[in-house]
Amino acid sequence: MDPIHQFNIEKIFTIGHIGGQEIAFTNSSAYMLLAVVLTSLLMLATGRKLVPGRMQSIAEISYEFVADTIRTTAGKDGMKFFPFVFSIFMLVTVSNLVGIIPYTFTISSHIIVTAALAFLVFFTVLIYGFYRNGLRFFKLFVPSGIPVVILPLVVAIEVISFLSRPVSHSVRLFANMLAGHITLKVFASFVTMLGAMGIVGVFGAVLPLALVVALTALELLVAFLQAYVFTILTCIYINDAIHPGH
Amino acid sequence: MAESHGNAQGAAAHTEADGGHKAPFPPFQKDTFASQLVSLTIAFVALYLISSRLALPRVRKTIDDRQDKIEGDLAQAQKLKDESDAALKAYEAELAAARTRAQAIGNETREKLNAAADAERKALEERLSAKLADAEKTIASTRAAAMSNVRGIASDAAAAIVQQLTGVTPDSKLVDSAVEASMKG
Repeated sequence: MDPIHQFNIEKIFTIGHIGGQEIAFTNSSAYMLLAVVLTSLLMLATGRKLVPGRMQSIAEISYEFVADTIRTTAGKDGMKFFPFVFSIFMLVTVSNLVGIIPYTFTISSHIIVTAALAFLVFFTVLIYGFYRNGLRFFKLFVPSGIPVVILPLVVAIEVISFLSRPVSHSVRLFANMLAGHITLKVFASFVTMLGAMGIVGVFGAVLPLALVVALTALELLVAFLQAYVFTILTCIYINDAIHPGH
Repeated sequence: MAESHGNAQGAAAHTEADGGHKAPFPPFQKDTFASQLVSLTIAFVALYLISSRLALPRVRKTIDDRQDKIEGDLAQAQKLKDESDAALKAYEAELAAARTRAQAIGNETREKLNAAADAERKALEERLSAKLADAEKTIASTRAAAMSNVRGIASDAAAAIVQQLTGVTPDSKLVDSAVEASMKG
């Protein structure tokens, strides 16, 4: 009944070695590929009817949802990043939702995964920002209409907040998924522990069981919401790369 | 090979078994990072390529096709509605024209008939008044003739009466003037 056990990385087979480090195909890799396969099935294997069925509706709603999110936060120019943002959204959403199912693995409960995605967004913003705006990209750190006296302070704050983006971006998703799954596991283990204590325990187990059901519903919301938050932050950061002036 | 998953798992199992040091928290086991990064890179690149090359254009086309179909149908409906409106308008215009034409024909016919009736009546009246005048003349002449006959008969009768009463034949002129006088009186 170790609540941490669900986060273990288990090797399925070895792919190779890079600089003495073993590169393995793990349960995490399997769930990443599962997310890719499920997304592909959703987007490619559903119908193309004039009046969509359920799965086709989900595919089209996913499309419109991400497209609207980009359009409202980053404007029309942001649509250049549509496949990028869509891939992030679907990867995180699908894997988070799959992770709710008992006995599965949640890839975003590993800081390395969320950090990799956050740094991918960070460097995309940085590189595209300089590519598109040149040195004008530094305007991002200099808000207009600030008195010269406090300008150095404001610029320092802006730079620090910009540099800390990947941290907050990745830790938010990681911590939410990790904490949610630990909470679920802890309450679920209460149920089995109390259930093993005889007739009184069985009645006592009702409360944690109800809590597990309620928490599962909450985690379903959190799984989607954190994926959405991750996506919308990505869009906001991309907007900075496109329109660096405040 | 510095570390491997097998070692990490083994170490974790080992530490749990002897209850000594805690097993490293899985998300912070550095020896798994490389594997996860490689898999994530492969998965993300695959997903990006599938999305950008296949999935998104496919869904975009479906949505666009539907939008085109809806717009086409709406345009078609608008066209048909315009056509029916035009037909209705033409029908109404034709109806109005026909109605005015019918009215014109009616008026014309009525006037023609009225004029003909008037002319006929006038002719009839003239003929009738001519006949009336003729008849009045005839009556007047007949009455004059009758009146002169009456005077003659009266004079004769007076003369006969006088002769009977007096045995004298009166002078016809006197009788005449007496009859005349009495008739006037």
